[in-house]
Formats: sequence, C-alpha cells, structure tokens
Amino acid sequence: MNSPLHIIYVPPSISSQEFIPGWGFLKGGVRVKLCGQVHKFGSDIDTDAIIPARYLNTIDPQELASHCMEDADATFSERVKAGDIIVADKNFGCGSSREHAPIAIKGAGVSCVIARSFARIFYRNSINIGLPIMECEEAIDAINDGDQVEVDLETGKIRNLRTDKEYQAVPFPEFMQGIIAKGGLINYVKAK
Amino acid sequence: MGMTISQKILAEHAGREFVEPGELINCRLDVVLGNDVTSPVAISEFKKLGVDKVFNQEKIVLVPDHFTPNKDIKSAEQCKIVRDFARGYGIKNYFEIGQMGIEHCLLPEQGLVLPGDLIIGADSHTCTYGALGAFATGVGSTDMAAAMGTGEAWFKVPESIKFIYYGKLPQWVGGKDLILHTIGDIGVDGARYMSMEFTGEVIKGLSIDNRFTMANMAIEAGGKNGIIAADDITLEYVRKRAKRDFKIYHSDEDAKYFAIKEYDVSKLEPVIAFPHLPENTKPVSEAADIIVDQVVIGSCTNGRIEDLKIAASMLKGKKVHPEIRVIILPGTREIYLEALRRGYIETFVEAGAVVSTPTCGPCLGGHMGILAKGEKALSTTNRNFVGRMGHPESEVYLCSPAVAAASAVKGKITPPWEVATGE
Repeated sequence: MNSPLHIIYVPPSISSQEFIPGWGFLKGGVRVKLCGQVHKFGSDIDTDAIIPARYLNTIDPQELASHCMEDADATFSERVKAGDIIVADKNFGCGSSREHAPIAIKGAGVSCVIARSFARIFYRNSINIGLPIMECEEAIDAINDGDQVEVDLETGKIRNLRTDKEYQAVPFPEFMQGIIAKGGLINYVKAK
Repeated sequence: MGMTISQKILAEHAGREFVEPGELINCRLDVVLGNDVTSPVAISEFKKLGVDKVFNQEKIVLVPDHFTPNKDIKSAEQCKIVRDFARGYGIKNYFEIGQMGIEHCLLPEQGLVLPGDLIIGADSHTCTYGALGAFATGVGSTDMAAAMGTGEAWFKVPESIKFIYYGKLPQWVGGKDLILHTIGDIGVDGARYMSMEFTGEVIKGLSIDNRFTMANMAIEAGGKNGIIAADDITLEYVRKRAKRDFKIYHSDEDAKYFAIKEYDVSKLEPVIAFPHLPENTKPVSEAADIIVDQVVIGSCTNGRIEDLKIAASMLKGKKVHPEIRVIILPGTREIYLEALRRGYIETFVEAGAVVSTPTCGPCLGGHMGILAKGEKALSTTNRNFVGRMGHPESEVYLCSPAVAAASAVKGKITPPWEVATGE
C-alpha cells in the first residue's frame, strides 16, 4: 500500500463504492478516514433481517438497498445516509450465504460495519465484495446509536467523537489484506 | 500431532502433509455448487474474471430450487440467467424442473458428492454433505465465481469441536432433535468458524437421512462444516450412486479439539426451537398446546424419504386438523416417486395435506406457503428468524417430522406419542 497522501473525511456524497481498490484509499491513492453516524443493532442479526428472501429475486444493488435491514428496522433504508456506519453486537450476518446481504448494505451507502463478531460467510463475503468490516469488542459497548464515529481503515482505529475515546479493531491476516488491497476477490484472482 | 478429519481433507486438497487450525490455505475443489438465488450474482462476477471457460464442466453443479417453479417474472429472469449460463458454458450438472430437487437432497442422491470430497456451495446449507464424510461448506456468490474460474478456494483451517452422543435414543427422537438440542446447548454462534464433528455410538446407529439432517444444521450453530466419518451406513448409500473414486478419512486418536461435548441422549425428548432463533430450544412437552396455523414438512433438512415415512405413519388414516394448513415438500423427484410408490402421497392427500413439487419455497419465505401477520408455523425446516417464512410479525417453530405430523392432526404442537397408534 502507498504511503498516505492526505487524510480527509468522507463527504456524504461519496459512497462506499468509491473505496475500491483497498478500503483505506480513494481512487487515486488518497487516504481517507470514514466519519459517519452510527446505526446500532443487537446480537445475531441474520441475513434474512439484513435482506429478506422475498426480495432475492433481483441482484440490483439499489433495489436490494431499498429493503436493507427491513426486518430488523423497517425505517432504516429511509434514515440511512451515505457514509453511515453500522455497529452491531455478536454474530452479525448469521444464517444464509446470500451475498445480497453485504451488497444491500454497501448499496445503502453504509461505509463500514463494526461488530463484536461476524458470522463466517458474511465475513468472507464482505471481504470478497469490498465492504469494509471490523471486529472490535471494546468499541461495541462504548458506542451508542446516533454517535458520530471516525474510522481509519488503514490502522483499524475507531474513534467515538462523542466521548473522544479510541478503540483498536482486530487486524486482518496478511492474506486477507491482499484481497482487501485489490478491492475484492475477483480483482485478486485476476491479478494472480 | 494428529489431525481431525476436517484437517485431513483440507490438507489433502492443499497438497500438504499437515495443516493446522488457523492456517490460511488454498485448496483444489471437487464440487462447486450454486442455486437460482446465488448463481446470478456469481455469473455476473465470473464474467469479470476475463476467462472464457469454467475450470471443469463436470464439477460445477447448478440447481434452480429456491424460487422454482418460477414464482414471478423476476425469478424467471434469474433462472434464465442460470439456464443460459449452463448452456453457454456446457455445465453438465444443471438440473431443470422435472429433474431437479432441493440441492442438498439432490447432490448426494445423484452421487455428485462423495466421502473425502472438498465442496463449496453458494448456499449456507452446503454443510449437509458432511454427513457423507466430506468437507463441505457454504460460501457467497463471489467465492463461487472465482471457484468456477479457478477450481480453487482459500480456507482458514478450522478448529474442531467433537460432539459425542451416547445412550439409547428414545422412540420419536432423531437427528433433528439431536442437532436442535446441540444448538440449544452451544448457541447460534457456539461453533462459529469451527468444524462440528459428530461422533459416538448414537451416530454410528443413525440412518443416513438422519445424519444429513444433523450436518445440514451445523451452520445454525455458526459452524463452518458438520462432519460424520464415513462408515458402513455411508458406504451402503454411496456405493450405488458413486460414479468416481472416493476416499475415507478418520480423525486421528491424538487429534486436537477446541472442545469436546458429550450428550447422554437416553432421556431426550423431541425438541422444539421457539422463535426467533434455532437456539431457543425446549422439549416438546414444554411446547404442547401452542396453536399453529401451518405445518411444513420438507426442506433440505427434513425432505428425505425417511422423513416422509414418519409423517405418513403418523397421518395414515387420520385427518389434518380443520384449522391448519399442511404443506409437504418431497426433497427431490426421486424421493417424490418413492413416496408415491409407497403410498405416502396418497396418505398425505387423503389426510388433507397438500404435496408440492420439490422447492425451497416456504422455508425461506419465497413462495408456496407464506405466513400472514401474526400467524404461526411449525416446520421441519432449519431457520426460525424474524420474517423467515413470511410477514415480519409471523412466527416459526422448528421441529422433527414426527412432531410436525402429530401436530398437524391436533392443530397444536403435540408430542408424537399422543397421535401415534399401534406403538
């Protein structure tokens, strides 16, 4: 990864799609920190809650996004703004293998998901499609719904702007960093 | 140091003598699976790879089973993407309506998955094939796409939990009850990222259909895979179906486990999982008298011939309760035919149940039995999440085929012994 050129905040107009390749950098190698409002969820948010199967007859990210988190919070898709951050408790994304779940979250403009832990397939899917995710025990208890949170995807540092406290996410193994740096699995495989 | 059966299969497919938990390895795959929901995304990603053919036309299996027969125009378009891809790329194992079945009932039945195989499927219940002593795990569409191009996938070698079941299995208690009891004990993330190895005298005596049910629900405890070492029961099932060689693996005596859990099953009752998580389990006697609107018998968990046999024995000569809707879904065309030959279908229809062509349908709230607001279903499927079978304010209770069929007669959750006759 290149050394950082600038540290900036993500303006609301930039959606998470712009982060490819690599989570911590915009196109052109500009380093970013995410800053967004938190939508907090509990434990075991399953993929049926993230995107109910009744909407799986399409693969269009925007259509999926319009039903994102519908069975966990029916108002989410109306309230979510580009750059917002989902903070959830343990086992986020459990259940089905549907990649439509991270696609819907990404399509809704969510810039990052921070959880106490992720279900295995959701974790893998997020890395594969380039949705930034972070595991951080301490941050979950200390962040409330509606807080503004700043995330440095390069260092894994999470700062709650309400309390001005900082937390360190679990680092990714080097191999996965390679996939992340390429912007996802398809680019990674192509590069091989 | 010894290896578990899961380590051994992964090591073999990575071309290694030894792999240890936590290692990230690249493995060659024996089978890559997708369905009508996950394959369209995979096909779109596959086309970005810039390759003009798949790694192997025989090792990719495409089964449109979720929203088929096409439930609406959008689903029809999704299925068409899969069909066109299968034809265009010469995919040999594409299963059209009339030949298809629910993928996780179909692949073992067709001999497409065998002991010792390494299988990924873009469907979370791909773990079902672990019942044959294979390493099988669910992935997303992008993993499927890359695998269709390369025939490989990366894996983190999982730690294993060994589950030992001992004692005498009581009547009316089977694989579904064992796995629900286990999930109730360890929780929906109790085996997160890990391999669940099912062993013990009870497993040795368990039929292959019951083993499929157990391995199928490993994902509901967060497991990466569920696995049962192949034995004579496995071989009897596999030998008449296999069209290629396979290899049998066993865990070493000195294999290292993250944990060992032991269950005495002698006093186990049929288990019910209450809404909205499979871990919310109670014995059926504590669930009795809950009135339900719909009973579903089928799915990749319990849509096999033995499941239908139990349901038919319970419903024979009886009527389903007038205020209940009963939907029965045989898992594959072959299971359907066998049920027909044995007279089960006649029993079901005479009892007042409807019998559907094989489809995932109601299990995931797709079609063929969606719940209205406030309705309750008792189902032999695998998930009871919020909104899983329809309206977000509907509820799903999970159970075995015996409990489902007994409850269908009474119109409320009922222990099997209250309905069974001549036992």
